Amino acid sequence: QDKGVRSLSLAGHVGFDSLPDQLVNKSICQGFCFNILCIGETGIGKSTLMDTLFNTNFENFESSHFEPQVKLRAQTYDLQESNVRLRLTVVNTVGFGDQMNKQESYQPVVDYIDRQFESYLQEELKIKRSLHNYHDSRVHACLYFISPSGHSLKSLDLVTMKKLDSKVNIIPVIAKADTISKSELHKFKIKIMSELVSNGVQIYQFPLDDETVAKVNTTMNGHLPFAVVGSTEEVSVGNKMVKARQYPWGVVQVENENHCDFVKLREMLICVNMEDLREQTHTRHYELYRRCKLEEMGFKDTDPECKPVSLQQTYEAKRQEFLVELQKREDEMRQMFVQRVKEKEAELKEAERELQSRFEQLKRLHAEEKAALEEKKRLLDEDQSSFGKRKAAAQLLQAQSLTANGKKDKDRKK
Amino acid sequence: ISQTSEKEYVGFATLPNQVHRKSVKKGFDFTLMVAGESGLGKSTLVNSLFLTDLHKDRKLLNAEERIRQTVEITKHTVDIEEKGVKLKLTIVDTPGFGDAVNNTECWRPITQYIDQQFEQYFRDESGLNRKNIQDNRVHCCLYFIPPFGHGLRPVDIEFMKALQDKVNVVPLIAKADCLTPLEIKKLKERLREEIDKYGIKIYQFPDCDSDEDEEFKQQDKDLKESTPFAVIGSNTVVEARGQRVRGRLYPWGIVEVENPSHCDFVKLRTMLIRTHMHDLKDITSDCHYENYRAQCIQNMTRCVEMMSVFHSPLAPLSPPCVYPAPLQLRRMQQMLQKMQQQMHEQEL
Repeated sequence: QDKGVRSLSLAGHVGFDSLPDQLVNKSICQGFCFNILCIGETGIGKSTLMDTLFNTNFENFESSHFEPQVKLRAQTYDLQESNVRLRLTVVNTVGFGDQMNKQESYQPVVDYIDRQFESYLQEELKIKRSLHNYHDSRVHACLYFISPSGHSLKSLDLVTMKKLDSKVNIIPVIAKADTISKSELHKFKIKIMSELVSNGVQIYQFPLDDETVAKVNTTMNGHLPFAVVGSTEEVSVGNKMVKARQYPWGVVQVENENHCDFVKLREMLICVNMEDLREQTHTRHYELYRRCKLEEMGFKDTDPECKPVSLQQTYEAKRQEFLVELQKREDEMRQMFVQRVKEKEAELKEAERELQSRFEQLKRLHAEEKAALEEKKRLLDEDQSSFGKRKAAAQLLQAQSLTANGKKDKDRKK
Repeated sequence: ISQTSEKEYVGFATLPNQVHRKSVKKGFDFTLMVAGESGLGKSTLVNSLFLTDLHKDRKLLNAEERIRQTVEITKHTVDIEEKGVKLKLTIVDTPGFGDAVNNTECWRPITQYIDQQFEQYFRDESGLNRKNIQDNRVHCCLYFIPPFGHGLRPVDIEFMKALQDKVNVVPLIAKADCLTPLEIKKLKERLREEIDKYGIKIYQFPDCDSDEDEEFKQQDKDLKESTPFAVIGSNTVVEARGQRVRGRLYPWGIVEVENPSHCDFVKLRTMLIRTHMHDLKDITSDCHYENYRAQCIQNMTRCVEMMSVFHSPLAPLSPPCVYPAPLQLRRMQQMLQKMQQQMHEQEL
């Protein structure tokens, strides 16, 4: 009891004892929702058991043994019993246990469960959310079908259940139990439970905190795992038609507690503990998922000085951090841009200079060659002119000599 | 002994009796292999078949230990006798098959074992002193298919395909007491279909002679049409219909192992022990062993030719009875030349 709260006694009938009824009325109006996941090898009887449990014929088809990977198939149905409506989703594994290499077989199942948690988390974190309208698809119960080998669990069973025990309420069942005799069954159950315990696998325990059901739950806990037989066919026994399987040596009656634990399973799963399964899923498995996810994103409940911090503060701090980071990045980018531009400019200038110097060089070369050429021309001209002079001189000489010779001749002739 | 007439009596009509006498003196041997996932009732079935308890103190592994389990091969040999006829029975068990999480090529240790037995026999047969050859070859392999599925699974197909050319594979539907008669019929049809579809060569019963009587022919036909056999085994004796029989006691009834309307155990026993045991041995030695031997010799011939290049002393092997055809010889010579060249280059 809280220290500051006194308990008082009432003088008359107030009427708030109708609260549970109000709650019940509301839930009946809303309808209930339940999601079961069935994991088991192909052909082990998952669909048949679901049909038998819920007294209907869900549309099923035989799966092949040759699926390359494990898949999950979910189907949703609306059922009604008296005035209670139930939205039931049955998820079955397809191809589980068929592959040669089953090391990754558990992964699609884990992914499916996480996806349902994730979508609930997303809805919870929305600004405008409608949780009361939300169709809860989280898996409330997982029936794990154990093959009736009579010896122990298979290695695949152990590996898979270990991966799932912190994510979902596991209820192991021994499938096709009409192939195990009573004494073998007793030994088999003990072996299975001891293997689960010694490997630290946490299966769902029927709750013992409520006195009204504690006694029956304790008894039932001692019968785990339930050995079940499923059948939708009816056989006449005595003067009744009962769900049964007819063999040449006898008739196995599904609802005969001496033959198998079907009735116990139905009682525990549906009649007594369905609501507890939903609650456990929400308060234990979902909360664990949520905490891990948020921690991954960097949220904490206490800051480095161990003072409690609210989600809002954390969110705000994260936001600031993000903005600062953003600014830093922007500055960095700008700096880099500026630097790049400068570098490019320098490069271009350098290129220009080089070009210029080359131009000068070529010009010089050109001038030199021109000068050389002109020199040559001048020399040539000189040569030419001197030659011309010499020629003229020679001609003159020739002419002079001719006239001189003529004169001489003239003189001689005289 | 039938005598045609006094004049024509020779006496060799007694030959069958002589064969019978000698074989009783010599005794028989039979090696049976059982394979399948653990928990399908293999040991129980073997005990029921031979009415003994072959697996007295065996240790079964936990699920945790089996996660990475490898396949072992274990052998149990017993001497049993019936009406003066001695049988040396060897049961080869394959614990661990299909039990690990990763079962890729889990059939390999099994095929290796079978090949080893062939090799041993081959060596013995080719040796100089052949007086006391022991035949450890596997004559029959019973493969247990779980009754919980819809038909063959990938592991079943891979296993049978890997072993179909090495041993007589007889598939069985295990723990058949979880199937109603209609379900058994459907499953058998499905299995026969799939075995056909995937081209798996299982042991085929030889057709009976056309001069056999009608009853025998009908029996033979029934036998062939009820494969694969759906079997149930039991280690315990129960009281049913006023008799003590091998069976399984349930709250809803008693399953009798030897009741033909309950399961095909009797058919399996008839086939395996009473009528076809010798045929299984014959097919093993005339077919599977001969295939192995021929292949072995071909490989050896190639090796021997190559070894002569390196002047190494030849192992004392039997002279190859198969003389390589001219084409093969030329190919071999080419191969040798290439190898010589390579070596030469390496030395350089």
